[in-house]
Amino acid sequence: MSEDFTIRDRVAIAGIGETTYYRRGAAPVSEFELTLEAILKAVEDAGLAATDIDGFASYSNDRNDPSRLATALGIKDLAFSNMFWGGGGGGGSGAVANAAAAIVAGYAEVVVVYRGLAQGQFGRFGQAAPLKHVSWPMSYTAPYGLLSPAQTFAMRANRFMYEHGVKQDALAAIAMASYHHAQSNPRAVMYGRPLSREDYDNSRWIVEPFHLFDCCQENDGAAAVILTSAARARDLKQKPAYILAASQGSDFRQSAPAHNAPDYPSSNFKTVAKRLYAMAGVGPDEVDVAQVYENFTGGVMMSIVEHGFCKPDEVNEFCTFETLTAPNGKLPINTSGGNLAECYMHGLELITEAVRQVRGTSTCQVPDVNISLVASGPMVSPVSDLILRA
Amino acid sequence: MTAASTTERYLPEGLAIPAASPDGLDTEYWAAVRRHELVVQRCNACRGFQFGPEWICHQCRSLDLAWEQVQTRGRIYSWERVWHPVHPALKNGCPYVVVLVELPQAGNVRMVGNLLGDPMQPIVIGSEVEAVFEDHVEDEVTLVQWRIVN
Repeated sequence: MSEDFTIRDRVAIAGIGETTYYRRGAAPVSEFELTLEAILKAVEDAGLAATDIDGFASYSNDRNDPSRLATALGIKDLAFSNMFWGGGGGGGSGAVANAAAAIVAGYAEVVVVYRGLAQGQFGRFGQAAPLKHVSWPMSYTAPYGLLSPAQTFAMRANRFMYEHGVKQDALAAIAMASYHHAQSNPRAVMYGRPLSREDYDNSRWIVEPFHLFDCCQENDGAAAVILTSAARARDLKQKPAYILAASQGSDFRQSAPAHNAPDYPSSNFKTVAKRLYAMAGVGPDEVDVAQVYENFTGGVMMSIVEHGFCKPDEVNEFCTFETLTAPNGKLPINTSGGNLAECYMHGLELITEAVRQVRGTSTCQVPDVNISLVASGPMVSPVSDLILRA
Repeated sequence: MTAASTTERYLPEGLAIPAASPDGLDTEYWAAVRRHELVVQRCNACRGFQFGPEWICHQCRSLDLAWEQVQTRGRIYSWERVWHPVHPALKNGCPYVVVLVELPQAGNVRMVGNLLGDPMQPIVIGSEVEAVFEDHVEDEVTLVQWRIVN
């Protein structure tokens, strides 16, 4: 590939912004206002003005569309608006990548990637819509009570655990790492709510093999990050988090209806992680800290494998509390508490945390971070990946 | 071959009723299961199986696809026991078991169904199962459920 056709090192995240994170239904203002607040905080963090924004990118069918935002914010020249296809958190890194691509292509100069989500004001992801009829492809699953994301993905996780002899301890360790990190993070909804192994074991099953604490929260809030060229970012207020690499996509027939993906026990990162590392020019051994999207811990388990941090048959040995926690674990993950324990901001809070790790300002800082990875969306299609560097 | 059938529902009434796709993609599947026949899409060009259905064969790109009746036997590929109801109809319906069944005689395509019997029964991946056609007479639809073959 020609050196010209890459976003590598050409763009940086210059600002991050987040609202207060709320339990579902607890936000005192509308989802749109939350979104505006996150964007305003992000431009302020970058040392820019809202009117410097000329591009918007989001994912997962965010309701707060760029035309309304640009109108509300008084943006004079909206130059780029973009939506990453697909549901779940699969587009978090992908939206950042699209924004970066727009900057490299010259479409826009300052692009905000944002996600506003008030599940208390609109529908809950964890509940089935009360439909009278369903047709393809849901007709092959919903009448059998396979309705929610947890139910959709437990089936994949269970097969993986069967094939590789994975014990429940691995899932417990992933949940406990997130909760442990949240105890240092005052922004986290689960701040002050530590999770012991006993709590985990005693929590109710949602759908085996997922206990309550294997599942993400449902929250209200918003988050945003500001991207601009690497050159411009160097003159702004914050230490830039350079985008070293990004990738997105989906493996062979991962979307096959009625759970017919040929490589079924997968997080869908095998092809995407390979392209990520190729663009970055680094391997898994060089990753200092990772934010690994947790819709459910089983997806994190498979993401860890598919990003090359351990082999499938090594999950029991690798996925331990010691390995996965900052500051000294071999692979600290979800150092803000993530979707499980900070806030389910659809994984955009994982990207703000990846930036903080590069800046050295995380509440669970890993020493001397150079390579900060984000994996967005396991088990959905498409998924996306991002590597930031100092 | 008379397939096993029942009019007893495994899950409580009130879940969404399956309907053929408005574009006609799987009209034949839903008609066949009402006749207590299990059918899978098969390519007339390369003879490959495909499920769920699509308008094109993913193996050879032929648009010439047909529905082929297959044996009502399979084996459990994965499973889950659901404890938390996410739909009002399931409020008193938990726990229940969802199985993913692969059909070795049809290119190992997979189908989602419920495993009939005690929801607390021990479940072993690889176990042989057979289809039980669950007729919802008033809704004019039939679901394909599964039970362990002894």
